[in-house]
Amino acid sequence: MNISDVSTSASAVPQGGARMAVQVRNASVVYQTADTPVHALSDIDLDIAEGEFVSLIGPSGCGKTTLMRVIADLEKISAGQVLVNGVSPHDARLARSYGYVFQAPALFPWRTVLANVTLPLQIQGKGRSQAKAIAQEHLERVGLKGFEGKYPWQLSGGMQQRVSIARALSFEPRILMMDEPFGALDEITRDRLNEQLQQLWQRERRTVVFVTHSIAEAVYLSTKIVVMSPRPGRIVKVIDSPLADERHLGLRDTAAFMELAHEVREALADGHHA
Amino acid sequence: MPKATAQHAHGWWAQRMQTAVHHGVPVAVVLLAVLLLWYGAAWMLNAPGAIERVLDADVGYTWQELFTATMSMERPLMPAPHQVVLDFWSSLTDWPVDSPRNLLYHVAVTGESTLLGFVMGTALGLVLSVLIVHSRTLDRALLPWIVASQTVPVLAIAPIVLVILGSLGFAGVAPKAVIAMYLCFFPVTVAMVQGLRSPQRIETEMMHTYAASRWQALWLLRLPAALPFLFPALRVGIAAGLVGAMVAELPTGAQAGLGAKLLTGSYYGQTVQIWSALVMSALLGLTLTAVVAGIERLVLRHRGGV
Repeated sequence: MNISDVSTSASAVPQGGARMAVQVRNASVVYQTADTPVHALSDIDLDIAEGEFVSLIGPSGCGKTTLMRVIADLEKISAGQVLVNGVSPHDARLARSYGYVFQAPALFPWRTVLANVTLPLQIQGKGRSQAKAIAQEHLERVGLKGFEGKYPWQLSGGMQQRVSIARALSFEPRILMMDEPFGALDEITRDRLNEQLQQLWQRERRTVVFVTHSIAEAVYLSTKIVVMSPRPGRIVKVIDSPLADERHLGLRDTAAFMELAHEVREALADGHHA
Repeated sequence: MPKATAQHAHGWWAQRMQTAVHHGVPVAVVLLAVLLLWYGAAWMLNAPGAIERVLDADVGYTWQELFTATMSMERPLMPAPHQVVLDFWSSLTDWPVDSPRNLLYHVAVTGESTLLGFVMGTALGLVLSVLIVHSRTLDRALLPWIVASQTVPVLAIAPIVLVILGSLGFAGVAPKAVIAMYLCFFPVTVAMVQGLRSPQRIETEMMHTYAASRWQALWLLRLPAALPFLFPALRVGIAAGLVGAMVAELPTGAQAGLGAKLLTGSYYGQTVQIWSALVMSALLGLTLTAVVAGIERLVLRHRGGV
């Protein structure tokens, strides 16, 4: 982890001992519409410790993306408090504490794969050769060595999303946020990328906040699953995964996996009927 | 050369030839039709003049004599294509380049003010579009005036600009370039406003998560995203700039430039010269837009997917 960032998180040490990456207290997001106010998020409490892989799961409109956007300072809260690495989301964003992977790769078509990955480094004022070296290393980590000189349109959808993950990680942010990153991909590609993402997390133990509507994906990847429900957007249940940190795709056929998936499904159903 | 490469090269050439024929044939057919129509029009339009001035009605004349006469008049109403070509060619070859009799001299004069006006207009358009995109107030304040500016005919603006700038001591290229700029900046502004606003929300939000400054977002996202919008506007702009530069040469009684050449030609009834100047300005316009299109292809060559 980046040493220079440690000082900013000093205030984020809770009583428990593990440093908190994200703390959400009584947070609400209310949109004023013509007739009635819409409660996109209502009274959210959530703690994410450093090194956790947390999935936000729920049906459309449950506010899972809104919650992540609040943490990423892409959306303002109407009430409550949100701390990221112990500071406000705004300050955390300016401190470049997180990398954000969107639903679409959002690669710039006029830049090569390598130049797309160097983009955040360029914005942060890194030197050209240094940025290139860093980007090359990150492309290698997502298995795209040799594709540096290609343009985004020459790559498949899965490869494009991997470039966007390399881009989000290029400046070594302490938190990685992913908003349904594999939602647009076919299931085979999705499985492979899930496996790669799991390995990446195991290697680096970087805090990950992951939005998904796939139960299998959430159970396979997460150390903590946050089940959400719509109208108003709220947290129904927080499940700490009993599964071992080291995982492979075969895990999905085990009894423990099925049991956990069942628990998530039950929680989703409860939220729906409540 | 290995056999495979030779075959490949051969295939490449065959393909190039095929495309050339494919594109060339329709163009040639249209050119032939235009030439035939042109000769027909020259014959019909020049016949009354030829009968009156060249042929002797009392002696009588054959239709061959009439046709020959219509094709070779000193000041025909409608010069025949070969007359224009000969005049065009002799102006290029019989006179030095710095002589007013040489059309290239006028091309240089008009081209200079066109290019200067184009550069100024593009710069003005870029600045205006950046201001408009970054300030809601300027968007509301400027855009209506920019649109309104184009409803005033350039022919009405040109003399005013020339008189005012002339009284301030600007003569020669500057006033003409200003009028060219007046026509150039508009398409550039409109296209760039659209282009700078073309990035999707996901892209601007991504720049936001990197804590990019407005300037960085402009330079790294908005400007490159706007380039495919800019180039078509530049092609329109440079052609419009040429019109502006030529129109600016009309009211001054300018000594030089393709517009001046057209004007003097019509003063003295030198129809063949008018047509030569016309052909030359068309060629200049084509060349200028082709150069812009070439730059466009070079700059955007990697964006295959968009």
